[in-house]
Amino acid sequence: MSSGIALVANGFRGFARYLGGVMGADAYAKYLEHHSAAGHQEAPLSEREFWRDRTDRQDSNPQGRCC
Amino acid sequence: MAGVPDQRNNGSRAEDGLATDPNLPPPAVDEARLEAEDRKWTPAKIALWAAIALLGGVAWFMLAIVRGETVNAIWFVFASVCTYLIGYRFYSKVIERYITKPDDRRATPAEYKADGKDYVRTDRNVLFGHHFAAIAGAGPLVGPVIAAQMGYLPGTIWIIVGVVLAGAVQDYLVMFFSMRRGGRSLGQMAREELGVIGGTAALIATLLIMVIIVAILALVVVNALGESPWGVFSVGMTIPIALFMGVYLRYLRPGKVMEVSVIGFVLLMAAIIGGGAVAGTEWGAAFFHLDKVTIAWGLLIYGFVAAILPVWLLLAPRDYLSTFMKIGVIVMLALAIIVVRPEVSVPAFSEFASRENGPVLSGALFPFLFVTIACGALSGFHALISSGTTPKLVEKERQTRYIGYGGMLMESFVAIMALVAAISIDRGLYFAMNAPAALTGGTAEAAATWVNSLGLSGVNITPGLLRETAANVGEQSIVSRTGGAPTLAVGLAHIMHQFVGGTAMMGFWYHFAIMFEALFILTAVDAGTRVARFMLQDSIGNFVPKFKEASWRPGAWLCTAIMVAAWGAVLLMGVTDPLGGINTLFPLFGIANQLLAAIALAVVLAIVAKRGTFKYLWIVALPLAFAAVVTITASYQKIFSPVPAVGYFANNAAFSKALADGKTEFGTAKTVAAMEAVVRNTAIQGWLSVIFVVLSIIVIVTAVLATLKAFRDRAAGTATTDNEDPFVPSRVFAPAGLVPTTAERELAAEWEKVPADARLERAGH
Repeated sequence: MSSGIALVANGFRGFARYLGGVMGADAYAKYLEHHSAAGHQEAPLSEREFWRDRTDRQDSNPQGRCC
Repeated sequence: MAGVPDQRNNGSRAEDGLATDPNLPPPAVDEARLEAEDRKWTPAKIALWAAIALLGGVAWFMLAIVRGETVNAIWFVFASVCTYLIGYRFYSKVIERYITKPDDRRATPAEYKADGKDYVRTDRNVLFGHHFAAIAGAGPLVGPVIAAQMGYLPGTIWIIVGVVLAGAVQDYLVMFFSMRRGGRSLGQMAREELGVIGGTAALIATLLIMVIIVAILALVVVNALGESPWGVFSVGMTIPIALFMGVYLRYLRPGKVMEVSVIGFVLLMAAIIGGGAVAGTEWGAAFFHLDKVTIAWGLLIYGFVAAILPVWLLLAPRDYLSTFMKIGVIVMLALAIIVVRPEVSVPAFSEFASRENGPVLSGALFPFLFVTIACGALSGFHALISSGTTPKLVEKERQTRYIGYGGMLMESFVAIMALVAAISIDRGLYFAMNAPAALTGGTAEAAATWVNSLGLSGVNITPGLLRETAANVGEQSIVSRTGGAPTLAVGLAHIMHQFVGGTAMMGFWYHFAIMFEALFILTAVDAGTRVARFMLQDSIGNFVPKFKEASWRPGAWLCTAIMVAAWGAVLLMGVTDPLGGINTLFPLFGIANQLLAAIALAVVLAIVAKRGTFKYLWIVALPLAFAAVVTITASYQKIFSPVPAVGYFANNAAFSKALADGKTEFGTAKTVAAMEAVVRNTAIQGWLSVIFVVLSIIVIVTAVLATLKAFRDRAAGTATTDNEDPFVPSRVFAPAGLVPTTAERELAAEWEKVPADARLERAGH
């Protein structure tokens, strides 16, 4: 019984993670990953700075949405 | 492969062997192994595909041949899904083998340009969802509903066959070639491949098409919200909800996207439920009861303000909300249709399939059915998404087939489900809702009399049914609720109330459907205005350099105002049109969208020819020729047809003559002012058609010339230059499709063993 609940919980978590990926919720984590992998010397942007920068860049690079 | 020598600039290519780095496993599955896996037909595999083919065949037989009283909705699901599977497994592989020829040893832009922000390697399944959310919108939910006038079969065939042979091909190829060019946009590719004339024509056409598409999407929202206090309240509430989410993400808890989306979703549901309560009160009904012209002006002002506000405040949060809703709605639609399996009583071909004077959409089946259903079968707008955004996120080249071709199949499935939902309602109801008020008379009695006078088989509607349905969905009237969205909403409410909640919940389901369509469309309006503004700024910037600076406020505001004025004018024209707005304007939307598809396919044709793939050029030429013939014929008829219901100028002449004769009413226009409006509107619509078609013909001709030049160069042995980014060896691996093959799994396991820090190249920048 408890393993069944664990299975459902796991499935739900997986789905939430997937949905988060689709919506771009994991963008900061991916940025950090890239930052450390690329071996940058300077410190990475903080979470707040990163999201600020992300939406502000969209101001000057708009992406179309489909009809 | 095709035996044609490659003359691409592949000097640095690792021709020998797969490994691009001796310390790493190969970044691609061995070609021979891939080939063997593909060619190996085990009995189980044969049985599976035979079963899929058989089920699909039976489903098509049930839809197309068997003529019962009704047909069950489940056959639409089987016919479409089986056809998609076969198209995906066989046709898209042909395209992969002979045209795109992906090379996994080659790094994608997400790898060689990785910056952690715009260029980020993304898991293929996540990217599939991301790409799908970006291409799917209100379009596939509207076109099929309007085309249902002709019966269900013509639309069904076009949506399913069209996507396999045209729509998905376009999306896949544009995505692949944009990826090979570092994620360049369609406009940039057109300029590079077709030269200055073709490139400029493509740019102007894209800009105009954008204006038309935004205007007509806005018209759909206006039609859905006009005289609907409930709808106005709940859709209006999305603005404060989005503003709250924006502030939350910016200042309170940055980056908590899922958290804020869930909060936003709950607030949205509260707004829908609250809308019912507010519309039930006297003051609410009076305050939120707005006529269409007022809503159109509201939308215009909103469009301007939204496009100059910072992205974080309104666009970004509403985008999250819209994505969240999109996934929810599609899952719900699929569940509803598969679980409830409604019976469809619409005939395969209706009385209007062979006539050109249908009340919902005028014009003959060919070509007008094919322009009415654009999204879902072949949508040029997707070329703008497939170039640019998604190619910067693709992890491996081979994945573009799954994401590009597969993503579009998914959108087509949404269109099929929308069609099924819309045709599951009573046919009389369908015509009463979708014919312009000039025909139905606007009241339940007049509409019922008019529908019954059409002489449609099996249609006998009472004013009581029209009133009862309106009351059930919480509206004052549903007569002449044109634009497709309300019909789909009634269809969805009709299916969902059998599933959850009963009749009491119909109002909620109806407004839920209106809400998600409005949400998609408002996002498209806002984003479309922004993109168009930038294109305009860029174009003016060629003459006045100051305009190129995106941060220069006066320039940005001026260009935004120009774009809003452009689509606003078309919107107001549609709202006030005595002929019934959406019915005359929707063909322009479809033509514009398909012409954009023709432009995208023309660019792809030139690219494929330059790569030297002549034998399989037909794969691109076929949809291009079809789109060109359909749109040019439709444009021709809209411009030159002597039938006033079809030709803009014929209508213009008829009304001008009536005015000259001193008549004070003519056709559906009851006043002189209305007659003058028709003269003005038809002239504008006519000239827009002329401009579109001329621009598109220029693009297609330049593309054909570029193709012929490539052919001659090839014959003469002159090396053609291509515009691909240079080959960079890849240092990552990921499977290509949804389910990894055995070889892919083995290789992925090998990569798992490599220590994480050894996998990625240290760029050191």
